This record gives sequence, structure tokens and C-alpha cells, in this order.
Amino acid sequence: MTSQLQTEGHPLVELQGVSKVYGRGTAAMKALRGVNLRIDEGEFVAVMGPSGSGKSTCMNILGCLDTPTEGKYLFKDVEVGALTRDQRALLRRHHLGFVFQGFNLLNRTSALENVELPLIYRGVKVEERHSRASKALALVGLAGWEYHTPGELSGGQQQRVAIARAIVTEPAILLADEPTGNLDTARSIEIMELLTSFNQEQGITIIMVTHEQQMAHFASRVVQFQDGLVLADKANGETL
Amino acid sequence: MLLNTFFLALREIRRNVLRSFLTILGIVIGVSAVIVMVTIGGGATAQVTDQIASLGSNLLMIRVGQHMGPGQSSTAPSFDLDDAHALYREIPAITAVAPSSSQKVTAVYGNANWSTTTTGVDNGFFSVRNWTVQSGRQFLDSELRSGKAVCVVGATVVKELFGQQDPMDAKIRLGNFSCQVIGVLEAKGQSTFGSDQDDLVLVPLRTFQRRISGNQDISLIQVSVAEGRSTDKAKSDIEFLLRERRHISGSENDNFQVRDMKEITKMLTGTTQILTTLLGAVAAVSLLVGGIGIMNIMLVSVTERTREIGIRLAIGALEREVLLQFLVEAVVLSSFGGLIGILFALAASIGLASLLKIPFIFNPGIMVIAFLFSAAVGVIFGFFPARKAARLNPIDALRHE
Ligand SMILES: Nc1ncnc2c1ncn2[C@@H]1O[C@H](COP(=O)(O)OP(=O)(O)OP(=O)(O)O)[C@@H](O)[C@H]1O
Ligand SMILES: [Mg+2]
Repeated sequence: MTSQLQTEGHPLVELQGVSKVYGRGTAAMKALRGVNLRIDEGEFVAVMGPSGSGKSTCMNILGCLDTPTEGKYLFKDVEVGALTRDQRALLRRHHLGFVFQGFNLLNRTSALENVELPLIYRGVKVEERHSRASKALALVGLAGWEYHTPGELSGGQQQRVAIARAIVTEPAILLADEPTGNLDTARSIEIMELLTSFNQEQGITIIMVTHEQQMAHFASRVVQFQDGLVLADKANGETL
Repeated sequence: MLLNTFFLALREIRRNVLRSFLTILGIVIGVSAVIVMVTIGGGATAQVTDQIASLGSNLLMIRVGQHMGPGQSSTAPSFDLDDAHALYREIPAITAVAPSSSQKVTAVYGNANWSTTTTGVDNGFFSVRNWTVQSGRQFLDSELRSGKAVCVVGATVVKELFGQQDPMDAKIRLGNFSCQVIGVLEAKGQSTFGSDQDDLVLVPLRTFQRRISGNQDISLIQVSVAEGRSTDKAKSDIEFLLRERRHISGSENDNFQVRDMKEITKMLTGTTQILTTLLGAVAAVSLLVGGIGIMNIMLVSVTERTREIGIRLAIGALEREVLLQFLVEAVVLSSFGGLIGILFALAASIGLASLLKIPFIFNPGIMVIAFLFSAAVGVIFGFFPARKAARLNPIDALRHE
């Protein structure tokens, strides 16, 4: 049933023969070797694969944080490679939310201010900014922690601040690179339930990298990477 | 967007109190050092010029010898009294002539002794050099003619030899003869170079020649030129007359020199200008050191800030928004530091000027220069590393170690 949805849905992002080479000459390292991948609106995709298989590289390209060496990246049928730097920044600002493995919060900056940051760049007025950021924090279970800085928060709490920052703008797509990599199983499951609720209640498309089979079960589709290529791409129903 | 960026920049400044403080400190030190040094130098120069002007611009000094470098000596013959008389007689622009000769001697009174300069003069000296006799009198013509053992003493000599006692009519020993004090000069205080103008004993020229130098030589003739007459004309008249009297043929150089206060002013202000330049150089170095301080703080924080820039870019900030934020940060810090530096420098210059007893001269030019320089340093070193980072791919900025 999910595979039907997949073919009938509207494509949100699409990679066509994307490769990525790091370095030059003899030191060149081919992290992606012609990846084809299409993800439709409303999907919850888990990306799995051994270390070094190119998962993060692929996520960074999808998140417009990096550019492919070859191939095309289409976002809502627009070719991202043809956009200017500023247009790509605006794409990130208005349509993308990114959760990093290493949180990447601003130091010495309160949780609330961290979550507000994308809204500032969107030009949202102060009062609305505060209320939306507080709501996002409440949504990830951090009500009452607004004025704590990252240094005063646990790893799980920091990850939840990072997720709140990614979803506060209500992006079309949420990219999460190992969002539970630093967390224990109980915390990880909490985060997964959070992501599932975003996917089901707000219709946010989610692409998530994970090493753990248990976390991948929350997704509706699993994409398996190996040596810079997509090895397998299955709806979760099929594996179950 | 502009307001937003401004707000973001202020937030970053507040958040990094130590970094902001150190940046401001660097600018304050640089700016205030330059302003203080240049202001003090300028005050010293003004003081010199003032003092020279008060000596009178109508004074000419005629000395034996060429203008020579240090260590060279002149073999030219001295002047004699006839030269002085001839100058007075032949050149109408000259209103007073003061031939003199000086030597260092030890003055003794009772148990007190004091090494001072004894100058043989006639009464022309008092008017040419604007000396006033505070108590007692100048020399009598008879005393001048006969070379009597009398003297007029300066305030410093009185203080050193007599303390609180009345010096009038006392006998002091000058070298190997004793003379009677007939007058005391009004104090003039320190000269420009800190030498004590009141440290002198005046005796009649003839007395000096007989009892101290043992010859008829006159080493210095000072003349006053009448108000409204050209000192340049008087100078060339003097040179012409003295060349003739000293039998210098047309091709030979003068073996004496005539200087007016203009030249001396030029020379002295030249010296103080060198002083000012030196102070300025020292100040420039401190500005540079301050600048390097600012630069270091900015560069050291670049790792952290590159990551910050990466985060901002990843969230959707435009390159120019990030740059504007950093520019505003740098400008705010630099101008704040610059203003504090200027205020601090003003207070310090006024304090130092009154301590050193030199006039305080407000110099807005150097304030602007110092301010602009440190602002430029702050902005350049705050802005360019940020620009480099903002041009990276967001992921590369985030990965920056
Ligand atoms: N900035 C870089 N410069 C050079 N090589 C890189 C860079 N980033 C990644 N690589 C290389 O590209 C390959 C793919 O890396 P990538 O980070 O995409 O792997 P991954 O699947 O995310 O692995 P992991 O599960 O360990 O996170 C690896 O061999 C890695 O060494
Ligand atoms: Mg990875």
C-alpha cells in the first residue's frame, strides 16, 4: 500500500545520477557514485547503511548545504544546481529543516533564542517569534527550559532544541542526520515518536539517517546505502 | 532586515562579554596613547614658541665663528669693545648694544658656594635682554669705566648663597676676587630647555676682562633693532660692517654669525617637532600593538565564529546578512572603544599637561585619525575572516575546526 502511495504521490525531492567527489587527484574520494532517489510529499524515509557509505553526504546535498559534483538535484521540480547561492539560502530558509548529528546550537544562547533564529531570518515579528518558538519547544517537551543555554542541557534535550529549531518554520521537509545517535534507547524512542507525530499530524516529509533497525521501524520506507550507491529501497511494510 | 541584523549583532556583543571587552580595551589603548602623546608634543612645541616670542623678535645675537657641526672649533678672532661701539655708531636701526663675555666660576659667600656663570656686561645688557633690577641698581658709568668690583646677581644665586639673608652690599667671592652686590635681578624662571635663566652673576665688562678672563675678548654682542625696522636689513648691515672691520675679503666666508630670533625659533621648534614626531612614532607603535591585540582576539574567535556562521547559513541566512551582522558588530565595538579612548585621552592629556606645566592644546585632527585607524583595524579584522567564512559552503563552515 505504501509503495502505491509512493508512485502516485507528488515528487518532493529527486536525485538523478548524483555523485560527489571529495578532494582531488590521487586523494580524491568518491563518496556518492550516481545516486538516484525520489522522495514524495508526506513520506517518512529512513536512510541506513554502513559507516562511510555516503549517507551524510547525501543528506547534506538534499539539505542544500553542499553541492553535488555531478548529477541533478530537483526540489519540487526546480533544479537546485541552477540556483544562485542566495536562492539556495532562501530555499533552506523557507522549505528545509535540518537536524545535525552534532546538534549545532549556538553556544551561550538560550534554547528560546536558538529556536527563534530561523524566524528572525524570516522576518517574523518579536511577539509572534516568541510564541512560535515557545510552542515549538513545548512540542518537543521542553516547556520550562526556554532560558537554558545548550551548556545547561543534556544531550537529549539539546537534540530536542535542535529539532524544535528545525520544525519551528513548519518546513516542507525535515532532514535529520542520526538524530538519535547520541541518545539512549528510551530517549531515542521519544524522539522517534515526536518525528512520527510531525509526519502524521503536520504532514512534514521526513528523511532520517539512522544506524538502528529499531528506529528505522518508525519510518514508512527504508533506503539502504552501500559504497555511495542505493543498494535497496523498500517500503517498511515489505520488510515486516 | 537591517534592524534585525543590528539587533543580532548587539546580541552577539552582549553574549561574548570577554571578547567584546578585550576588543574595546585594545582600541582604547591604541587611540588614547596616540592622542595623549601627540597632544603633549604639541603643547611642548607651543610653549617653546611662546617663550621665544616673549623674548622679543627684535633681538639679534652676534657670535664669533662659523656655524659648524659639533666638535669643531673656530679659530676666528674674538670681537672687541670697539666692534660693539662701531655697530651702535654706524647702524642707525640699532637702538641698544650689549657686548658680553661669560665664564663659569664658583661664587662663595661665607660657607656657601655655588657654581654659576659670570657675565661681563655693560648697562645695554639689561635693556637688550629685558632684565629688570628688582632691588638695588644697575652699574654706574664710573664703575663700568674703572672696572670696579661690583655685581648684580640673579635670583637663583641669591637663594643658593644667601638663603633668607639680605644680599645687598654683601661681598661675595667670584673665583679669585671679591665684589660687592649692588643689585638683584627679577626672577625669570626656567627657559625652554629647563636651564635656569636666573643662575647668573653680572659684573662690569671691564671688571670681567681684568679679573676673570684676563683678555679683551668679547664673545657675544647682542643688539636691539628699533621697532618697525627690518631685522633682515639690520642683519646685512651688521654683516657688512663686521666683514670690513675684520678684513674679510669678498670671496671669504664670514667668521662670525648673526642670528635673529626667527632662526632660533625655527631651530627650537624644529627640535620640539622632532620630539613630537618621536612621540608620535611611539604612539603609532602603541596603536599598532593595540591593533594587533584586536586582530588576535578577532582571529582567535574565528573558529567558533566560523561554526556560528555555518549554523546561520544552514538555517537560511544570506551571505550578506551574515556579513552585515559582523560588520555592525565590529563597527559598534570599534566606535565604542574609540569614544572611550578619546575621553580617556582627553582626561589624561589635561592632567599630564598641568603636571608638566605645558599648555593643553585640543587637537581634533589626531583624534579623528586615531579613531579611524582603530575603527579600521577592528572592522578589517572583524570583517574579513567573517567574509571568508560566509563564502564557504554551509557544511564546510560547520565542519571548520
Ligand atoms: N569533507 C570531506 N572531505 C573528504 N572526504 C569526506 C568528507 N566528508 C565525507 N568524506 C568521505 O566520504 C565518504 C562518505 O562519508 P559520509 O559522511 O557521507 O558517510 P556516512 O555514511 O554518513 O558515514 P557515518 O555513518 O559514519 O556517518 C567517507 O569515506 C568519508 O571519509
Ligand atoms: Mg554520517
